[in-house]
Amino acid sequence: MTLEFVLLIFLPIVAALFIPLLFRKIKGIHTGWFVLAVPVVLFIYYTTFIKTTMDGGHALSELQWIPSLGISFVSYLDGLSILFSLLITGIGALVVLYSIFYLDKNKEKLGNFYVYLLLFMSAMLGVVQSDNVISLYLFWELTSISSFLLIGYWFTRDGSRFGALKSMMVTVFGGLMMLGGFILLGIMGGTFSIRELIAQSSTFVGHEFFTLALVLILLGAFTKSAQFPFYIWLPDAMEAPTPVSAYLHSATMVKAGLYLVARFTPIFAASEVWIWLVTGIGLLTLFWGSLFAVKQTDLKAILAFSTVSQLGLIMSLLGAGAITFHVDEALFSFAMFAAIFHLINHATFKGSLFMIAGIVDHETGTRDIRKLGGLMSIMPVSFTVAFIGSMSMAGLPPFNGFLSKEMFLQSMLAIRHFELFNFSTWGVVFPVVAWIASVFTFIYSFYFVFKTFAGKQKIGKLPRKPHEAPFGMLISPVILAMLVVTIFFIPNVVGKWLVKPAVMAIQPYQYSHPSEVGVHVSAWHGFDSPELWLTVGIVLIGGLLYLSLSKWQKFYGIQPDTLSLNALYDTTMMFSEKGMNRLSRIYMTGLIRTYLLYIFAFLSVTTIAMLFLQDAFAVDMSSFSKISAYGLINAVILLLAVAFVLLSKTRLGAIISLGAVGYSVALFFVIFKAPDLALTQLVIETVSVALFLLAFQHLPKLSDHGEKKSHKFVNAIIALGVGVTVTLVALSSHSQKLVQSISQYYKDTVETEAGGGNIVNVILVDYRGFDTLFEIAVLAIAGIGVLGMIKLRLARKESSDENK
Amino acid sequence: MKTNDVILQTTTKVVFFIIFLFSIHIFFAGHYTPGGGFVGGLLTTGAIVLLLLAFDLKTVQKALPFNFTIMTAIGLLLALGTAAGAIFFNVPFFTHAFDYFTLPLFGETSLHTAIIFDAGVFLVVVGSAITIIQSIGGDS
Repeated sequence: MTLEFVLLIFLPIVAALFIPLLFRKIKGIHTGWFVLAVPVVLFIYYTTFIKTTMDGGHALSELQWIPSLGISFVSYLDGLSILFSLLITGIGALVVLYSIFYLDKNKEKLGNFYVYLLLFMSAMLGVVQSDNVISLYLFWELTSISSFLLIGYWFTRDGSRFGALKSMMVTVFGGLMMLGGFILLGIMGGTFSIRELIAQSSTFVGHEFFTLALVLILLGAFTKSAQFPFYIWLPDAMEAPTPVSAYLHSATMVKAGLYLVARFTPIFAASEVWIWLVTGIGLLTLFWGSLFAVKQTDLKAILAFSTVSQLGLIMSLLGAGAITFHVDEALFSFAMFAAIFHLINHATFKGSLFMIAGIVDHETGTRDIRKLGGLMSIMPVSFTVAFIGSMSMAGLPPFNGFLSKEMFLQSMLAIRHFELFNFSTWGVVFPVVAWIASVFTFIYSFYFVFKTFAGKQKIGKLPRKPHEAPFGMLISPVILAMLVVTIFFIPNVVGKWLVKPAVMAIQPYQYSHPSEVGVHVSAWHGFDSPELWLTVGIVLIGGLLYLSLSKWQKFYGIQPDTLSLNALYDTTMMFSEKGMNRLSRIYMTGLIRTYLLYIFAFLSVTTIAMLFLQDAFAVDMSSFSKISAYGLINAVILLLAVAFVLLSKTRLGAIISLGAVGYSVALFFVIFKAPDLALTQLVIETVSVALFLLAFQHLPKLSDHGEKKSHKFVNAIIALGVGVTVTLVALSSHSQKLVQSISQYYKDTVETEAGGGNIVNVILVDYRGFDTLFEIAVLAIAGIGVLGMIKLRLARKESSDENK
Repeated sequence: MKTNDVILQTTTKVVFFIIFLFSIHIFFAGHYTPGGGFVGGLLTTGAIVLLLLAFDLKTVQKALPFNFTIMTAIGLLLALGTAAGAIFFNVPFFTHAFDYFTLPLFGETSLHTAIIFDAGVFLVVVGSAITIIQSIGGDS
């Protein structure tokens, strides 16, 4: 067992421990420079694994955490996790570099920012490298928490706090669902290790938990990856500082859901539900996100919806890729490759676009697209980067988005030929929706870049006089933009190094070596390929629609705000809060009377129900003793006294009747031959009646409490119910004595063992003196309690102070 | 008008001792006949309450200069000590011991550690009951 590189997951967290110290002690240097070392070191380290994964191998490192429960930290590096690890550390390094110039070292609380960011980096590395589902869940929630902290970084703003809370609610909801799915998987497979689960996945199909686990895990993936209808948190998360949006909400965290889907594909691909859900929801999200991105006027909101849409695209490709589990045709093998390829491409161009949006915001003071325009000549570098990113996003050559878009269309066209699961009838919908969504993607990409940088200059409207961003801030977006172009020219190198090993990791049932993934990316397919003509159509129709944008953009206003998913979320939150308040106000009346009603009603209902459900009720008259005349007379007296207590109009009458009850109980003790009890009962009754008289002397006259008749009626019913319940229980327990009484032992040994004659007293002080010891303790506490309440009177003193 | 309680007070002086002696009897006889620390304590309490009724609170406090709260504590300690004493003889907590002794004046008598425990009960009952009555009475 090697312990080397599993510990590297925790390197950012360990580094985070020193950040506040560096931030406080070293004022001269921006804290970000120290942080930068962490992702750079990790990135370089993880690149050394590419060679292993290219050969179809993997690396494993384990750190036991709770071995008795089968929970450990495992760093499992195969093609998929190495790809994600490189994305996380690579983009992480660029984002840290960007943030050094974006965040002011004197005005911002950098200590907090970098601690949260490093925490997130560790969590994300943990998510993608964990082989154990429980530690995967741990890191998963840590990403939710660190994302919550980062979105709420400017916590004095209302929007930040609202966005942070919303993202927390949605992602934690999904996280908990996912935990449920993991536990079901653990029950099915008897292990928490993903590799072992995958190895025995063929036995899961048809298991009663299989579909449930599938849906729960998908809920986790969909909420994290902002799929329909859970995407609502992502646009609100744009309140975060732009480096955070670029890192978390475009390149890494939102892809955790995609990672999850990819990682569990070998287990669930056998299911029809999986393919339909992942492909369908992905496509719906793609369509929906691209449709609504055009409506936005905030630069980051456009990018947020565009991210939602692109994530949907990748998700639908992952779903389509799972089809290969059922049919082994070259037609579908494109899908998984396209998914991973587009995932890389999206990370590059969306990261750069976010950074440009941040630069525009930073240099002009606004992100409102209606106020921007004509920045092309003022910010030429930013424009170039934005142009490259947008064109790649729109899917135009010579940028990497073109390649993955072509492969996406190719896969969607291929779905028509899938014969199983009703795809042959409904499959035709997929390419149509995909094509329409691509048209809208084209429109919003143009909308984003040209409304900002082209057109008339509106410098007067801007809060700040715009100028080109400083050099340092441009480094990261330029690097990303260069990657966008580079990947277009060397797609097969990227494919061989990163994508194919990842595809092999996702589809172990199909490939045993990365080189078997028979996909060759080519920029030119020839004139006879349908996806080329689809792209031409996208450009033509999209171009026309973009030019006429001002004519139809107002149709978005038709949808009222109250009918949106955000409104649904707001209403749900408000309703659950107010509804719960109202509900608890209904039953928490603050009156002891009401609570007693609940307790007694519950007692009698549950007891009687139990008696009859278990068929436990029985009356056996044979064990009853004879009723003596004394007993009968005494019972009548007792009943009369009780009736007087209930009906008495004055307190004095009630107290005296209560005394009568007590004395007749003492008489019962005499009749039933319990002299000790009789003695004690007589004296205690006397003392307590005296105390009652003493206390009630100070009370006002007995009033009616203003109770309604119906109240009294309910009280009577419940009292009757409790009486009947107790009587029934007493009768049936008396009739069904299962074991002999142990009293014979006491009779036999009271002289020989305990040296006494009075069994009652000997039991009290000897056999079971323990009880007596604590009973006298109770008595002492009561005495001291009365003394304390009367002598100290803290409560009354305080309230009189308040009145003053 | 000041009431003259001379009959009540005189009778009380006599009756108090009768009740008190009876309570002592009940307490000691508890192991063999009905009675014991609890009833004995309550009866003693009753006797003291009688004193309180016939005289006033201050007079009784002067006549019986005990701190009843401390009496409660002593009672608890006595009971607990009896139970814990067993540990020193290497027997389980709460093991009582008894034997028969020939005492001067009493003749052959059984002595039982349970009586010490019962004395604790007695003291706690008297102590806390009187504490309650005194504090309520002293309040109004």
